[in-house]
Amino acid sequence: MRRWASPVLQGLVLAAAVVLIVLLPRFTSEFRLGQFTYVGIYFIALLGLNILTGYNGQISLGHAAFMAIGGYTAAILILGQKGFELAGHDPAQVIPEHGMRALFTIPIAGLVTGVIGYLFGLPALRLAAVSLALATLAVAVSFPALAKRFEHLTGGGGGLSLPLPHAPFGWDISTPHWLYYEAWVTAAILFVVAWLLVRGRVGRAWRAIRDGEIAAVSSGVSPAVYKTLAFGISAAYAGVAGALFAIQVSYINPDTFPVTLSILLLASVVIGGLSSLSGVIVGALVLEFLPIYAQAPPVLHLNFAKQAGPVVFGFVLMVIVLLVPGGMASLIRRITRPLTAALARKA
Amino acid sequence: MALPLAVVWSQVAQQVTSGLAAGAIYASLALALVLIYQTTNVVNFAQGEMATFTTYIAWTIMNHGVAYWPAFVLTLLIAFGGGVTVERVLIRPVEHRPELVIVILTIGMLIAINGLTGWIWGPEVKAFDSPFPNRSVIVGGVAISIQDIGTFCVCLGTVVVLWLFFRFTTLGLAMRSVAFNPDASRLMGVRVGWMLALGWGFAAALGAVAGMMAAPTVFLDPDMMLVILIYAFAAAVLGGIDSPVGAVVGGLLLGVVINLLGSYVDFVGQELRLPTALAVLLLVLVIRPRGLFGRVVVRRV
Repeated sequence: MRRWASPVLQGLVLAAAVVLIVLLPRFTSEFRLGQFTYVGIYFIALLGLNILTGYNGQISLGHAAFMAIGGYTAAILILGQKGFELAGHDPAQVIPEHGMRALFTIPIAGLVTGVIGYLFGLPALRLAAVSLALATLAVAVSFPALAKRFEHLTGGGGGLSLPLPHAPFGWDISTPHWLYYEAWVTAAILFVVAWLLVRGRVGRAWRAIRDGEIAAVSSGVSPAVYKTLAFGISAAYAGVAGALFAIQVSYINPDTFPVTLSILLLASVVIGGLSSLSGVIVGALVLEFLPIYAQAPPVLHLNFAKQAGPVVFGFVLMVIVLLVPGGMASLIRRITRPLTAALARKA
Repeated sequence: MALPLAVVWSQVAQQVTSGLAAGAIYASLALALVLIYQTTNVVNFAQGEMATFTTYIAWTIMNHGVAYWPAFVLTLLIAFGGGVTVERVLIRPVEHRPELVIVILTIGMLIAINGLTGWIWGPEVKAFDSPFPNRSVIVGGVAISIQDIGTFCVCLGTVVVLWLFFRFTTLGLAMRSVAFNPDASRLMGVRVGWMLALGWGFAAALGAVAGMMAAPTVFLDPDMMLVILIYAFAAAVLGGIDSPVGAVVGGLLLGVVINLLGSYVDFVGQELRLPTALAVLLLVLVIRPRGLFGRVVVRRV
């Protein structure tokens, strides 16, 4: 009986989450709405990172670089050569002549980043967990230098300003509302895709490789195919998130996606819970709000320095690793288990 | 070549010597990484931040009117104690968990220590005194800055002292035996847990040397070691992540090569030095994962 009680509860929680996300804009200020838009964007990036690290066991400290690639792809497509020239930049030949509508650049950004991630996954195949973490961290650290160097593509250190986004197709909603729905509808689609991937054949192969590569090989699962696939899909998610981020702030420069973001993304996935899709939403909330509330804790009327955010973040991560290896998701599961059990008994 | 050969030679020699000075700093930090990797099979991502933190401590001590060298030694002792404490308090509970877990724990340390440094000392860049005069000596027509010579000697001097310790003392022997085979060492009566903690202490002290030698040139700020950490990683991987000799050779080699490429290859220039180190790192990992001096790891199926 437990077998169906848990899915029912999960379905109810998911439905409640959807209703909450849809209705939220009615109850919050535009400032708060902007913060929840970032939560949606981080949610997408963390879904991708969890596919790679949680389900496939490959650690990445370079996802901010993938977000940056997605962001730059979107920015370049939105501006086009004309936009580059208007902004006083000298555009590279590969950039299309005319700009595109922001919304359409999002899937393209995902695709481009996915291909680049897939290609990076090829050498990554040869790296053990620790070396992969090193290599990806090095990518994240050197990305800003590369972006500054190839000025014709990226606008250099000054960055690229994008036109202010507004709702397309003549919809009569304000820009913050539009950006909020854009981020969360994308997030919902990608959540369903991730769920389908993870629960099916591909997800089984990923987990098999994570838990024992040799055993997976002897069962006919090719690590090369599935590990690079995980890298590609994970990067594509990061690329979509990066594109949404660039559109949201309507500006991008080499420091928009710093190394710190890469590191905090990984930390958030672990805090939320590795290989748990529901933990990702907790991770996204933590990533957006923990630094803010650590700096100015509510109720207490205290105001700490900006660095209080990372300090608390680091300590929370260490406590989670030491005491709750499954992350917040496992903590929540432990709390709700009595409830699920009670429901099952009644049924 | 319009320039006379002698001029070109002296320029190249200058780039090589300043590359060696930078390389000695990478070598110290790389050796710190290797010391921990050898015993725990884990790369300590917080190594750079620990070094930055101790360098700030050195800055504070000197600001209280203590002369450079006493402050230097005091900082090394503090760093050593800090390293031992970190191992005892944070790493020991996760010793037998998967590598991924320990790596993530050190990433947590990285975030927390970086934030703490900025919180305590503020985010603004600070000047850090150098114990060496800001002059050059001319050797065989090549001007070498005394700063570079000093940096090189202090870093490599520390490495040599450490080598003497590991080679000629009983404690050093015990620590090497733990790195080689912890189970057998425990049966022989070596206190494995404490040897690991000492390893963390030595690594932290080496990091402090690297930090204090780097600070006069890169200036003191909370993020100063992040880039140096990447160079140190690249150096350790180049030399072979489990080989102390490799770390030192890799560090010096990387320092010289990066400096020469940055000065003489226009495409690399000043900006692309770090991505070049990244390329070296990736190439070594893909083509020869054990590096120049590393052991081949045989996996048992």
